[in-house]
Amino acid sequence: MTTPLPQRVALVGNPNCGKTALFNQLTGSRQKVANYAGVTVERKAGRLTTASGRVVQILDLPGTYSLNATSPDEAVTRDVCRGIYKGEPAPDLLISVVAATNLRLHLRFALELRQLGRPMLLVLNMIDAVRSQGLEIDVPRLQAELGIPVVTAIGVRRGGAAKVLRALDNPIQPPPPPLPDDADLHAEIRRLMALCVRRATDRHPQLDARLDRWVMHPVWGMIILLALLFIMFQAVFSWAQPFMDLLQSAMDQLGALVGSLLPEGILRSLIVEGVIAGAGTVVVFLPQILILFLWILALEESGYLPRAAFMLDKLMASAGLSGRSFIPLLSSFACAVPGIMSTRTIQNPRDRMVTILIAPLMTCSARLPVYALLIGAFVPSRTVLGVFNLHGLVLFVLYAAGVLSALAVARVLKKRDATEHPLLMELPSYRVPGLQSLAIELWQRARIFLSRVGTIIVTLSVIMWALSSFPSPPAGATGPAIDWSLAGHIGHLMLPLFAFIGFNWQICVALIPGLAAREVAVSGLATVYSVGASENDTATQLAPLLSAHWSLATAFSLLAWYVYAPQCFATLAVIRRETGSWRLVWVSIAYLFGLAYLASFLTYRITLFFTG
Amino acid sequence: MRLNELPLECQGIIDHVAPVTPADPIARRLEEFGFVPGEPVKVVAFGPFGGDPMAVEIGFTRFALRRSEAARVVMQPRQDSGHTLDALDPALHTAPPAQTERP
Repeated sequence: MTTPLPQRVALVGNPNCGKTALFNQLTGSRQKVANYAGVTVERKAGRLTTASGRVVQILDLPGTYSLNATSPDEAVTRDVCRGIYKGEPAPDLLISVVAATNLRLHLRFALELRQLGRPMLLVLNMIDAVRSQGLEIDVPRLQAELGIPVVTAIGVRRGGAAKVLRALDNPIQPPPPPLPDDADLHAEIRRLMALCVRRATDRHPQLDARLDRWVMHPVWGMIILLALLFIMFQAVFSWAQPFMDLLQSAMDQLGALVGSLLPEGILRSLIVEGVIAGAGTVVVFLPQILILFLWILALEESGYLPRAAFMLDKLMASAGLSGRSFIPLLSSFACAVPGIMSTRTIQNPRDRMVTILIAPLMTCSARLPVYALLIGAFVPSRTVLGVFNLHGLVLFVLYAAGVLSALAVARVLKKRDATEHPLLMELPSYRVPGLQSLAIELWQRARIFLSRVGTIIVTLSVIMWALSSFPSPPAGATGPAIDWSLAGHIGHLMLPLFAFIGFNWQICVALIPGLAAREVAVSGLATVYSVGASENDTATQLAPLLSAHWSLATAFSLLAWYVYAPQCFATLAVIRRETGSWRLVWVSIAYLFGLAYLASFLTYRITLFFTG
Repeated sequence: MRLNELPLECQGIIDHVAPVTPADPIARRLEEFGFVPGEPVKVVAFGPFGGDPMAVEIGFTRFALRRSEAARVVMQPRQDSGHTLDALDPALHTAPPAQTERP
């Protein structure tokens, strides 16, 4: 009988062992990101070509510290390693990746894996950094002591995985007999380290200690953090804007071009106003998402992100969250879509869920056109208390209402859960992020967004188009066409419910196309009030009309509505994609609409009381 | 003395991890992280708000943990062993358990 060559292998290792960089190095772009069946844990699979040209399937299992799983990702790793994960064939070789710079911690998990009694290959990753620690590892000795093949690798360097690729051409070796069940793994690590690790020079690693002295300093650390956040925010908000405008005008031109080619009629309307406009709302987000993710990936890969979580933990703990939630929530001020996508950096599933639920309460940039229109139309521009402009003050109140409500919601959600959510985490060594790895990860995010989220948004925007276009008004009809459509009918049906909070039928009708994206409500109102369709001066034409037709209470009520209402398909689609469940989408819709109605009701009644 | 009481830049030796409930997942994770008897641990930073959380170093590895989590780690009583601790190599530190001093 010949021993078989490995066909299906799995990368297993601690977080921060450089496993992802190694995976990217091994597979290049031949990888596929999906979810494990039934859970929201990301499944990364790919193919690699060994030194002799054989193709091997490779799975990158979620990083974990131990087989005692404390989170869904860790449970996936545990079950796949044991070969008992449903729908996932057992890998015929486990590639245990350990950071050579952190053997004391990582060998423990490797030893735990060895206890499973499955064929294994140990990869000493980041072997180049060991020398700068002034250490030397006796690889043959380690291999002999462990009883499994050991190779070295440099995951971040091109060609750094050559030895791994060669080792995969060797026949699978039977696993060594496991240690007795009650063996002390830490004692075994000490034994191995004493035998195989030698201090070559007298250099101690100073970089981490030196950087941390600044980065985690109570004052300097905060200044560094604020500076980084400021630049990040600036990048997402303003650097992305030219690209977004470019994409928007490209989509508009595409629409105009297609419109000129097709004959006037339903088909043209469907393609231009339904499909192309819907796809436009999707691709316009792309620059923001890519810039934000470039930042977050670079901060994560460099080892800074856990330090930021450390600095902000106490602050977030007051809302029942951990420091990890801060950056996703901050990003949501630009747009909840990249914000929710970045909750992947939160390991604790419950913290992640709460963060996703409250992210839409952060006032995103799409609400600004609506706020600007209503504040401009109804709030007099005058100076209050000497320095503040009343416009700015109202805007601030709207932002603050979102943040305070988010904190309150987080507290309520956390109160139902008495278990202790630890911060306890490793602060990995600083390192320079690998460009290839960054590029691959960024490409994955862009693809997921365009394919998964995009399809949902385009579908919904076609439905919205149909609702607002059919049936078309009869010949000789007066008034805006939308009033005759299904959306118009629904708007009128909604009126009894929304009259309580001061909305008139025009607002109700405009809310329906506005479900697709918040800023669409402005053009929705323009359509209903039959203001010219030229986009540039819609708001300036609309403002005097609105202040003539609406009471102050109605305007304030609509502002309050916009603080809460989940009127954004993109956000809902990304919640669906990131949580894998429609349930959380419905929970979001229900609680946000509930809060919106309540807030609008109170605002309307209170304003009415004071203004008569 | 517990780890959460250790001052900044001070090193101590772990005696044991005391679980607060029978199956305390945090205590187990601490042990998996290498908070095991005989290991020297050093406090490297405190958080900016109320000194919570704290960052500690074991060997070459740094960890962040809240004070309530650090309170599970019981330290050996401090002895005049400062100079022996300094001599310990962070990578190779700790002799086999038999050689570590027990109170």
